Amino acid sequence: MKYSFSRQQLSIPYAVFLSCFVIAPLLVIVYYAFTNGEGNFSLANLTGFFSSQNTVGTLFYSILISLATTCVCLLIAYPVAYILAQSKMKKKTVLLALFIVPMWINFTLRVLALKEVLTMLEGNLAYHPFMNTIIGMTFDFLPFMILPLYTTLMKLDKHLMEAAYDLGASKTAAFARVALPLSIPGIVSGVTMVFLPAMTNYVILDMLYNSTYIMGSLIGSYFNAFDWHSGSMISIVLLLIIFIFTWSSNGFSEKEPDREAIL
Amino acid sequence: MMKKIVSSAWLGMVLLFMYFPIVILAVYSFMDTPTIGASGHFSLQNYIKLFTTPELTEMIMGTLSLALKCAIIATILGTMGAIGAFYSKKGMRGFVVAANQIPIVNADVVTGFSLCVLLIVVLGMDKSTLIPLLIGHVVLATPFVYLSVIPKLKQMDNHLYEAALDLGASPAQALRKIVIPQIIPGIISGFFIAVTLSLDDYFITIYTKPATFNTISTYVVNATRGSQTEIKTALWALSTVIFVIILLAVLIGNTMTNRKVGVKSDINEI
Repeated sequence: MKYSFSRQQLSIPYAVFLSCFVIAPLLVIVYYAFTNGEGNFSLANLTGFFSSQNTVGTLFYSILISLATTCVCLLIAYPVAYILAQSKMKKKTVLLALFIVPMWINFTLRVLALKEVLTMLEGNLAYHPFMNTIIGMTFDFLPFMILPLYTTLMKLDKHLMEAAYDLGASKTAAFARVALPLSIPGIVSGVTMVFLPAMTNYVILDMLYNSTYIMGSLIGSYFNAFDWHSGSMISIVLLLIIFIFTWSSNGFSEKEPDREAIL
Repeated sequence: MMKKIVSSAWLGMVLLFMYFPIVILAVYSFMDTPTIGASGHFSLQNYIKLFTTPELTEMIMGTLSLALKCAIIATILGTMGAIGAFYSKKGMRGFVVAANQIPIVNADVVTGFSLCVLLIVVLGMDKSTLIPLLIGHVVLATPFVYLSVIPKLKQMDNHLYEAALDLGASPAQALRKIVIPQIIPGIISGFFIAVTLSLDDYFITIYTKPATFNTISTYVVNATRGSQTEIKTALWALSTVIFVIILLAVLIGNTMTNRKVGVKSDINEI
């Protein structure tokens, strides 16, 4: 009885830390989002968000940036992960490491490098702000898409593909009806790791001279203006989007065991 | 054959996209021109500037010291949390598992902003003590330490711990001599993940840092807004140094694990 008591106690510092610095800040921004400067309950921040053309426009622009980035990342990363997972070469882990290494290099330094190269190629970055942003985000987030796809595709049972060939499926059909559906959990987790950061990482836009706001930039500008109430409301909107996204993607990964059970 | 060429070409093109900017910056960091694409002569001036300008060296040392402090605290907190939660009853474990997930799925902007509102606006903490910044980085890193320790606890044979207690060890001794040695790989990789997360962070830093303190990330972003070419080219040198260190670390780590696998298969053959 005594020993289990002492081991459980070890979690107390972390539980206290989580309550103070993870849960409490969220409660505080909920409070700030629904109060005004005098501390009275107010829906002004909420109605302000949805009635202003600027903020709603920003929301749509962020979603557009995120969608485009996610699609480009997926189209580039899926073949990479598939080729790597199928390959039988000896030095595969080194090659995989090369695709993942950029993840560990400070992203501002990498975007700085990209900015210099894009400036060399385009002359002036101001002509193609949208395209440059998508290139910058893809450059930054690609490893986060490759890794989960590779992990899922590695787990894929090779016999299933062989069985499909034996049953007369063409290579395309086997891919579309066996490999692709089985890699959906990897696609979902890759999309989550790219879509949400792409809505908020406004530093990439700043560094590449795209002056249009995304959701993250709104929080940044309210922070600079000491407007904690409006900033909190944007945070709540982002939290809602993140919650819906995570909740629906959990649905995908939960389906997995059922499918395995059927097989 | 054709398929193989197309596959290799695709991998090559993606690698080119990922590495071309970093490599070209590395090449130009050894030249005396501030414009990429222009011709220049070999020069070490950027490296000399990087290591002798006080503003730059202080910024780099500040970033490293913050990352180290953050990683030490996060590793202790996350490891204790993982061991404690793993052996706890449902309620406590459920809380830690759920709350641990929040900073991971949440956007860094929101984490940083909410911490700023709580610590600085509501509690009135002094930013210049660097404590809000350190707390922010620990919030960011600890969940990943926790997640890298938990799998090791799951793999561990629980009977060993009970055997140690039966043989007269105190719970603290058993923890130190049985549990910790078995989960140490998870603790170490958690530590390194914490270091890199702290080094890479921009958003939590910007919302919690004092005005005069900069990490590499906030410094680089500020420098790209200005037009000081001297600082800019010194940052090319910094980017190259970091790139080489990380590349070496990954390659060495890779050959080490390969060697371990090699040794294991040798034993199996015998």
